[in-house]
Amino acid sequence: MKRILEKLETLDRRIIFIFIFLSIAIPLLLPVNMDFSVTPPVRSFYDAIESIPPGSKVLVSCDYDPGSMPELFPMNVAAFYHLLSRDLKVITIQLWPTGTLLAERAMSEVLKDLPVKEYGVDWVNLGFKEGREVVMVSLGTSIPKTFPNDMHGTKIEDIPIMEGVNTFDDIAMLVNISGGLPGTREWVQQVVLRYHVKLGSGCTAVVAPEFYPYLQSGQLVGLLGGMKGAAEYEKLIKRPGTARRGMDAQSVSHIVVFLFILIGNIAYFSVKGVKKRLKV
Amino acid sequence: MIPLSETIGIWLGAALTLCVLSFLYKDNPFFKFAEHLFVGISAGYWATLEYYNMFLPNLWEPLTQQGRLLLLVPFALGILLFSRFTKKFSWLSRWPMALVIGIYAGIAILGYMQGDLFPQIHANLRPLVTDNWLTSFNNILLTLGVITGLLYFFFSKEHKGALGGAAKVGIWFLMISFGASFGYTVMSRMSLLIGRVLFLLKDWLHLVN
Repeated sequence: MKRILEKLETLDRRIIFIFIFLSIAIPLLLPVNMDFSVTPPVRSFYDAIESIPPGSKVLVSCDYDPGSMPELFPMNVAAFYHLLSRDLKVITIQLWPTGTLLAERAMSEVLKDLPVKEYGVDWVNLGFKEGREVVMVSLGTSIPKTFPNDMHGTKIEDIPIMEGVNTFDDIAMLVNISGGLPGTREWVQQVVLRYHVKLGSGCTAVVAPEFYPYLQSGQLVGLLGGMKGAAEYEKLIKRPGTARRGMDAQSVSHIVVFLFILIGNIAYFSVKGVKKRLKV
Repeated sequence: MIPLSETIGIWLGAALTLCVLSFLYKDNPFFKFAEHLFVGISAGYWATLEYYNMFLPNLWEPLTQQGRLLLLVPFALGILLFSRFTKKFSWLSRWPMALVIGIYAGIAILGYMQGDLFPQIHANLRPLVTDNWLTSFNNILLTLGVITGLLYFFFSKEHKGALGGAAKVGIWFLMISFGASFGYTVMSRMSLLIGRVLFLLKDWLHLVN
């Protein structure tokens, strides 16, 4: 037994990598669709959108890049689908240059299910604008002046959906899909209280704990944290996507990580004894 | 039928994914190749984007087509940034840098105070006794965590006696929050790996529907 524990203590990290890979690949190949519950922050996000009257305009800022796609792209697709299926008008912008193509791709996936939705009437992509927080503040002064054209170069006054949209007062809710900086924190700091905007955030799991205080203070109306948040949201809108697909793999890989931590600690303390280890 | 261009893109993506993952075995030329390719393409992509999304619509076109001569001022300041490449004139780059830092500091400080600090202080002033025992417990726990956490960062007095005890409680709260953050980080990294494995199994190998 002691020899096994000693071997475990010096286990080659590549063996751990193989176990992690298998714990992800096998559930993806053979899904069992484990059930999971919807947490209050995701429910609040969903309820906030449900409470908006049809026909209202929602600003969606897609601020992420392909590096965080597995977590954020599913929630981007789900948010677009939820908004358009409720007959809300989607105005999307990007403060990250890489977000433009991702937003377009997310929308093209949604339009497969909702082909009647028309560009310029039901949704518009105003594209990327450099300037981070300056753009956020500028939107509060004038949306048409900040984005005089859409991403294809069409003038804002020629786009029907943009009629009557001048400031945040004309926007029912702001949704931010946030991969980092600028993102949710900057929207909260620059826009939420200053312009009294309802903000819902979808963010990576790494930063989600930092945004919980905003939820508690009411500065965020809802929060989708990582792939789990996206999967819960997909469950609420009854449109399972890639996040739902990844939940089995997520659960199994977490169990494997937990077991390795447990076994590693048992081996660590068993080989030389708790007292000697704690002395070091 | 998948278009040829998409098929090439998927094979290229799969090959580069495997090149990057090969680092898990050990450092090798395939990983180095993928790494350098990524850095080079990213730099080129950003430079092109900045040119078409920033320089042309915000400066060049308004200046040359609309004759907005006032834009010569930011243009000149932008040019001064390049003076850093020469030792003799590098001091000139401090002017545009000072402007950028000053503006961003002003925006950030105002935003932080108005949108972060004061609302968070306000949100932490919660009633300790309510009709619901669970809410009361949560509020007490929150208040205790905030006070002891702040006391841990109070370094003007040695952490002994009551202050030392409170600081120790503060450490416990901090450790629990670090643990939660680490858990979320693990979840996030696993999600990224799931995304890549799903790409390999679904888009490349067609083993998953």
